[in-house]
Amino acid sequence: MRTDTDQKDRLVEAVAEAYAERLSLQIVGSGSKVFLTEPTTSDTQARLLSLTEHRGVTEYVPEELVVTARSGTTLKELEQQLARAGQMLPFEPPRFAGAGTLGGAVASGLSGPGRPWYGALRDAVLGVEMINGRGEFLRFGGQVMKNVAGYDVSRLQAGAFGALGVLLSVSIKTLPKPAVESTCIFELKADAALEKLRAWARLPLPITATCHVDNQLSVRLSGSEASVSWGVEHIEGDSVNGEAFWSQLRNHEHGFFNKEGEGILWRLSVPPDTPLTDEPTMIEWSGALRWVYSEKVLTDWAREQGGYALPFNGDYRTQSLLWSNDKLHKRIKRAFDPAEILNPFADVVVDAN
Amino acid sequence: MSRALVIELLRATLPKQSLITDPKALKPYESDGLTAIRELPWLVALPENVPQVEAVVRVCRSHGVPLVVRGAGTGLSGGARPHKDGIVLGLSKLNKILAVDVDNCVAIVQPGVRNQAISDASAKYGLYYAPDPSSQIACSIGGNVAENSGGVHSLKYGLTVNNVVGLQVLTIDGNFLELGGKGLDSPGYDLLALLSGSEGMLGVVTEITVRLLPKPPEKRVLLAAFHEIGAAADVVGNIIGQGLIPAGLEMMDRLAIEAAEEYVHAGYPRDAAAILLCELDGVEAEVESNVAFVSQLLEEGGAYDIRVASDPEEQARFWLGRKAAFPAMGRISPDYYCMDGTIPRARLSEVLERIQQFSRHYGLRVANVFHAGDGNLHPLILYDANQPGELERTEEMGGKILELCVAVGGTVTGEHGVGVEKLDQMCAQFSAAELDQFHRLKEAFDPESLMNPGKAIPTLSRCSEIGGMHVHGGKLPFPHLERF
Ligand SMILES: Cc1cc2nc3c(=O)[nH]c(=O)nc-3n(C[C@H](O)[C@H](O)[C@H](O)COP(=O)(O)OP(=O)(O)OC[C@H]3O[C@@H](n4cnc5c(N)ncnc54)[C@H](O)[C@@H]3O)c2cc1C
Repeated sequence: MRTDTDQKDRLVEAVAEAYAERLSLQIVGSGSKVFLTEPTTSDTQARLLSLTEHRGVTEYVPEELVVTARSGTTLKELEQQLARAGQMLPFEPPRFAGAGTLGGAVASGLSGPGRPWYGALRDAVLGVEMINGRGEFLRFGGQVMKNVAGYDVSRLQAGAFGALGVLLSVSIKTLPKPAVESTCIFELKADAALEKLRAWARLPLPITATCHVDNQLSVRLSGSEASVSWGVEHIEGDSVNGEAFWSQLRNHEHGFFNKEGEGILWRLSVPPDTPLTDEPTMIEWSGALRWVYSEKVLTDWAREQGGYALPFNGDYRTQSLLWSNDKLHKRIKRAFDPAEILNPFADVVVDAN
Repeated sequence: MSRALVIELLRATLPKQSLITDPKALKPYESDGLTAIRELPWLVALPENVPQVEAVVRVCRSHGVPLVVRGAGTGLSGGARPHKDGIVLGLSKLNKILAVDVDNCVAIVQPGVRNQAISDASAKYGLYYAPDPSSQIACSIGGNVAENSGGVHSLKYGLTVNNVVGLQVLTIDGNFLELGGKGLDSPGYDLLALLSGSEGMLGVVTEITVRLLPKPPEKRVLLAAFHEIGAAADVVGNIIGQGLIPAGLEMMDRLAIEAAEEYVHAGYPRDAAAILLCELDGVEAEVESNVAFVSQLLEEGGAYDIRVASDPEEQARFWLGRKAAFPAMGRISPDYYCMDGTIPRARLSEVLERIQQFSRHYGLRVANVFHAGDGNLHPLILYDANQPGELERTEEMGGKILELCVAVGGTVTGEHGVGVEKLDQMCAQFSAAELDQFHRLKEAFDPESLMNPGKAIPTLSRCSEIGGMHVHGGKLPFPHLERF
């Protein structure tokens, strides 16, 4: 295990220097998500700013349900520490081969299978320490559950891919691990599965994850012994041990993520009642998250359904930030990073004035 | 720009009944729930549809007129207090529930819809909207978004930001932002989170999509009485530390209990130094076992009287005193001032003790009635504005309480917002660079600062001025003022 170190001063200095010289910085955590953030052409000019050494849990009092850790802390290490106190990260971020860091998870904003029930990553973000593009050290939010002092700059960092600041540390809301977890499996076609899920969504069932793939619907129920057994009975399922399945799904190690020759893998966040297409599809979040292999560009189709589609490949970051490719978003970017030195990418050339 | 010209312009676009210019008729709009701070605006516009909202925003933009958005005016920090040379844009007539979409478990509503109305409209499907501020029969969902309001049930079900999935926002430049939707995630910067709690500074929220949740099948409310307030505070941390998150966990101290009893006769034990109200929900068997578990913790923690309400009538009575606590104060004191700091739960008993010390020092009574589970304090300082100097002493003491909250690792406002009220305390919570970052962010949305100017974020010069004022004998009372 590597030792915890505080690299704050070095990092602040590095950003301030880059700002003075108008030098671009490419922020890297463990590099576990490089497949989401392939450097673009302009990035080859950029200096690398590594956060892996800036690591360690700095404050954790389990009774407060909050943990604060430096951004280079690996999710694995963080989650192990929480587990020892019977707690977990509510948003179940993908761990990507165990190397993913907290900062990387927050910057990419990806939440796991429990998102509709446990909340998204951004919901759990309570505070950040960061460096803006002018090399200033800033703190927003804090360690308390309720905080409306100033704009919510902390949550704004979730999914911003480091474009608005270098995250130094993050305070995250934790949750007690459920006492019991059960998985029920149903052999069903996708349309029948969606129908069941729709009906269940209106009932107070202790469901905390759902996944339909390969004509099989898996449903995870979590909570107290009493409520889980009531839930299992109610959905008329047989409970099995699904731990390995949910972990594969969460870490994108499930076979569906690695199909060859099926076209581009798209990640669609859509209204749960969005119709199915005949392309290979995996459904999570009771219908609200779809993974679809398609040769087509699904962006417009998803917009028509009232949702969003992004290709989940090397271009994910750029595609995600391209949604922010309008004047307002560029002005927000410049409010934090006037010289546009943080994680720049070539495609976005918009005149903000 | 003259007032007369603006009125003329708006007469041409708004229906007659949507424009208030008569000083007498403007009076009810001179403040929000923070009635100590008042100002008469040039006029109040009450548009009936979104195009009329656009028209008002256009006039403000074109003629550089300050714009203050108003929902129901129940805010407690002066967020909706008018600008003396500006327009109040009241959204109370945009009060339609546009859809309850049962298949997607969402409701799409206009900003003027009352919080409670959403749950009422969803009840027939077994669904409800979870965040429930005590003001829910009156406050608007648009105001809830702008303040990121919480409620008794936020401990388990989250704040407004955690329960809103879509927003339509009109920015001062006349563009509509469509944020989120009926799905859960959207790409790009999380402007939905940024707009939550932005106090009418960044845009006008014109439509909201909220998540609806299934009603829990069973619930119980526990009432536990304590002889010592510190003991009650410690049990709060203990319950949550045991891994149990109640639907609600609220505390009232002796003065709050007394006032509530006088007002609504909820049947609270009058001899208690503090009571805890704890709501547990879920399926029958789960609720039963949790009631037993919590009762044991309460007893071990020193509760001398524990009551459990099982039927809805009795539960409503338990909550009645809590929900009526604010108006109840009005009956035992001519005026009261409500604070809103949040602190780590572990510091509850210590901070409550310090507040009592402040109370003795300033000679002002304080009642505490608050969201204990969240560590969100609401000390109510009782005063009489007709007594010379009392308001000033109250404000000073309030400031002390908030600075204490920051010093123990908390924040000056948990849910009521900064508004005009907590500008000075913001100087204690944030560094100059942080405040500057807020201003830059505001500028990205509203470069001419027409939306709610002067609110929410203090200017740097204001902070350095009060910084200067606080210096006594060359020593800062908060030497680490820059950052606690
Ligand atoms: C008795 C009482 C109890 C309360 N209890 C609670 C509680 O438990 N929890 C809690 O959080 N709060 C509570 N409050 C405070 C208040 O009710 C909330 O802040 C509420 O959300 C304000 O809603 P409103 O519609 O009255 O907004 P207003 O007071 O009209 O406005 C509040 C702010 O929001 C802005 N705004 C309003 N509508 C919009 C819009 N559509 N677009 C952009 N900006 C807008 C205004 O400019 C202003 O800055 C309580 C208040 C009272 C009087």
